[in-house]
Amino acid sequence: MKGKVKIIQPGFFSTIQDEGRFGFSKYGVPRSGAMDKISYRLANSLLGNKENSACIEWALVPPELHFYEPTSIVLTGSEIDAFLNDKKIQMYHQIKVNKGDIFTASICKNKVYGYVGIKNGFLSKNVLNSRSFYKSITDQSKLNTLDEIAYQSNDLYSNQFSSFSSPFSSASDLRIEVYKGPEFDLLNTDSKTKLLNSDFTISKSLNRMAIQLVEKLPNDIPPILSSPVLPGTVQLTPSGTLIVLMRDCQTTGGYPRIFQLTESAINTIAQKRVGETFNFTLIE
Amino acid sequence: MKQELVYKKYSEKAILIEWPAKIDEKTLQNLLNYKKSIENYYNELIVEVIIGYNSLLICYVYTINDIYSEFSSLKSLYNPDSVLPFKEKVIWEIPVCYSPVLAPDLEFFSKTKSLAIHEIISLHTAPIYTVYFIGFLPGFLYLGGMDQKLNLARKNTPSKHVQKGAVAIGGNQTGVYPADSPGGWHVIGMSPVDLFDSNSNTPCVISSGDLIQFISISEKEYNAKKTLIDTNNFTLSSRLL
Repeated sequence: MKGKVKIIQPGFFSTIQDEGRFGFSKYGVPRSGAMDKISYRLANSLLGNKENSACIEWALVPPELHFYEPTSIVLTGSEIDAFLNDKKIQMYHQIKVNKGDIFTASICKNKVYGYVGIKNGFLSKNVLNSRSFYKSITDQSKLNTLDEIAYQSNDLYSNQFSSFSSPFSSASDLRIEVYKGPEFDLLNTDSKTKLLNSDFTISKSLNRMAIQLVEKLPNDIPPILSSPVLPGTVQLTPSGTLIVLMRDCQTTGGYPRIFQLTESAINTIAQKRVGETFNFTLIE
Repeated sequence: MKQELVYKKYSEKAILIEWPAKIDEKTLQNLLNYKKSIENYYNELIVEVIIGYNSLLICYVYTINDIYSEFSSLKSLYNPDSVLPFKEKVIWEIPVCYSPVLAPDLEFFSKTKSLAIHEIISLHTAPIYTVYFIGFLPGFLYLGGMDQKLNLARKNTPSKHVQKGAVAIGGNQTGVYPADSPGGWHVIGMSPVDLFDSNSNTPCVISSGDLIQFISISEKEYNAKKTLIDTNNFTLSSRLL
């Protein structure tokens, strides 16, 4: 049976996300997909969902949701006090949802992105093999008040193997592991030393496309001919700003590519808040 | 001539192959040819091959275990001297209205370059441009072949809002914005065409290696074409070279 969830409050930049849109770069289509794939995948695993099932992703402010039919949900990512009809519910735990239940939560206490997974995934429109929202690809670029999203209702609830004692610790996240970017070797020794031996800070300019860093680096590398980039590519602009490209980044760019973050570092940096610091650690 | 290609590890799942840094059609043909061989050979083992002016980025489905053996199997697929099967080239005709009313930067461009608007139009519509690749935005064509008399450095501060359909020049490049976007190029014209449709299985009908010509139209024609396009009664015209 078709269920639906109504968005009472959308929270902040809430979107539908799955693994992303692959194989359409030849048309210039970004990959998109969940910012923190580890939290996103945990939500689906705990529900026993198929790998690419769509979740709601929110940033800093969780949404308020009204469920019209029974189902199960799992909350992962950024830490929140969450409630179902004013009764506190656990994160990283399969939660049974009854017809008419209302989900609310407090503003998150750490990290940036949170996920609401649902049994068998949210069923927003599939465009070019993905339900991930992206302006000019999907009809909408974020969830708005009173939007309704379909899901397959599910009365079967099993609590077996469906919880996770505590979310991953974030203590070791000061290191962001990177590979040398294609233009790394064009940097002078001073710049390389600075890149690998100083702390960098997340600036206020951050979204699903890119995270800008506060610290600048003198740039004497000329622009390059437009070349492919990926989520996790670190670009150096002519004015010396470092930009970490994220999930919604474009497919090509003309700024020198200094680093490429590892898959796991992309998930880590996605969850860093404005003002948090880290350092780049070169691997291989 | 055997070109020296450079093979680099890009990430745990991607390898970058670079040609010497120049924009030319020989490189484009080599690159498209090589891309095809790689796609045929690896098939389901790769997600996709992303192309730039002088590079290919091969994105694998799985983590690459032995990067050097991967480099050598890629190298064995490269044959720069292979003769491409003759394929007729398509020229797409993109209508553009070069009017200061629609194009916010046309007068500035004309003054800065000391070129009258009619001179800009004839310089911009004369060449047959080559589509090198699509990037930046869904459906944004990277074109080669612009007359260097039109070269003008990008704006120091990008505009917050460039309108969909804007035909613009940035440095030695020219292109059409397929959607509203921030952008640093100078807008010299407006095209009514839709270059990208996410509801189609082929969201962009133009592809790497195709050709483009800009056709100057009046404001009246622009409005008429815009109406046809908005009601889905317009197909981009093309001819064979």
